[in-house]
Amino acid sequence: MKSFVDKETVAPDGEHPAELPLTVHDLTVSYNQKPVIWDVELNIPEGSLVGIVGPNGAGKSTLIKACLNLIPANSGKIEIYGKSYQENRQLVGYVPQRESVDWDFPVSALDVVAMGTYRQLGWFKRVGKKQKQQAMEALDRVGISHLAKRQISQLSGGQQQRVFLARALAQDAMLYFMDEPFSAVDAATEEAIIVLLKELRSRGRTCLVVHHDLATVSKYFDHLVMLNMRVVAAGPTDEVFTEENLRATYGGKLSVLDAAAEALKNVKHV
Amino acid sequence: MSWSDWDTWIVIVGALCAASCAIPGCFLLLRGMSMMGDAISHAVLPGIAIAYLLTESRASLPMFIGAAIVGVLTAVFTQWVSRFGNVDRGAAMGIVFTTLFAAGLLILTQAADKVDLDAGCVLYGAIESVPMDMVWNDSVPRAALVVGSSFLLNLLFAFLFYKELRVSSFDAELADTLGFSSGLMHYLLMTIVAITTVAAFEVVGSIIVIAMLIVPPATAFLLTRRLSVLLLLRVVIGMLSSALGHWASSSVPAVFGFSQTTSSGMMAGAAGFFFLLAWLFSPQGGVITKRLKRRSQSA
Repeated sequence: MKSFVDKETVAPDGEHPAELPLTVHDLTVSYNQKPVIWDVELNIPEGSLVGIVGPNGAGKSTLIKACLNLIPANSGKIEIYGKSYQENRQLVGYVPQRESVDWDFPVSALDVVAMGTYRQLGWFKRVGKKQKQQAMEALDRVGISHLAKRQISQLSGGQQQRVFLARALAQDAMLYFMDEPFSAVDAATEEAIIVLLKELRSRGRTCLVVHHDLATVSKYFDHLVMLNMRVVAAGPTDEVFTEENLRATYGGKLSVLDAAAEALKNVKHV
Repeated sequence: MSWSDWDTWIVIVGALCAASCAIPGCFLLLRGMSMMGDAISHAVLPGIAIAYLLTESRASLPMFIGAAIVGVLTAVFTQWVSRFGNVDRGAAMGIVFTTLFAAGLLILTQAADKVDLDAGCVLYGAIESVPMDMVWNDSVPRAALVVGSSFLLNLLFAFLFYKELRVSSFDAELADTLGFSSGLMHYLLMTIVAITTVAAFEVVGSIIVIAMLIVPPATAFLLTRRLSVLLLLRVVIGMLSSALGHWASSSVPAVFGFSQTTSSGMMAGAAGFFFLLAWLFSPQGGVITKRLKRRSQSA
């Protein structure tokens, strides 16, 4: 089983386009002739909170970056709300891995969050009152508006992650791609992020989240993509998060399978 | 020593050079590609040489255009070598600029019998002779106009693209997803670096250009973490280096019984001196400041 739903079953609701937020068809990406992801086939329903799991090197970040047109695909078709990325990029928000930027960069938390409003500004126009206001509201929603003026290197890891999420909020996208937002954050931040993700979902937003902690998968995500170069399984979490699929995704790596067994115990509690 | 109009012009030209290097220098530093200025300032040599051979004159404009073109090509080649050769960007830069520099030297020495163009002049510049070449009824040195225009161009560039430079330097992938092509910004910045370098090195020589591109931003970076303050502070430090450097070039060697030394060398030295001061006494992380703080805490 590779897709979540048949395209036809999603009824148009008038407010948003009837098309799915994200469809990926036959996507293959390679680095230096070595394939990283193969024949990926995905149909992501609107308003879903999707976890992407898989071992290191499974191509999770690659999948996200290919969807965002940041790296070229060898073949395949990606559609955002039924159109190409170029046509609908204003609907897409991105939260990169925290390690991907230099946190010594001379900008304040507010400056970084305001970057989320740059697209509405377009070329040459400067950040004004309205954008600063939006950025402050976004910081407030992640609970760190009191840190707005801080230089970003003075923030803790969790606070930096919240700044990235606030920036995505300021973009006000319909479809979000997030690369390991939960990695190396404190418990309070993790809780704040998950509250935020669920709030986004309740407002019809769709989030794809690269995730590592198998123990929290079933608690956090209603849908799941299990990736190891190919899509091993994809669908509602309670259907696809099985030991068999975990084994197929993670192979024979024992430590991971132990974690998986632990995770499956948790499933039964839920 | 006695200070004359001559000295004032030298300081002004040096200060304009420093101010002009301020803007691209800051962004080079923030992007972790400080040595790109070095690479470009050396690599432009074949551009100058070829322009010279083609036009058979030492008119500035063709040389300037030739140098600027090769400067931008340096950035392009570096990108190619690093991507297709799968080589680290620093190494790619080293390969490209030494090759181009060598090509330039070969062309120059082959043509040396016919032409009066000295490689040493390219490296060290001739800031002391700047006031000899006056324009506008002998009122302004030509060099002041050249570096002054490059300063204004850079000011305009930073003003127009402030937000785009900031986002693409901080988070290139985000910039791409927002529709601000980070590749385009990269080449725009490289073009500006090439133009600035070429304009400045004719006056102060390529070695000082590197000092002015990188040392003052690095100093300013020790003192502030706000981009706008950083840019401003860096211009001020550059200008101070120019004044202090020129003054020191004639007064410091005298103390030791030597005659005066080169101004541009001392300007670079002064920039290094300011860096040392900032490193020792910066309010946040200065070596001495920290020690003093610790002592006052334990007392």
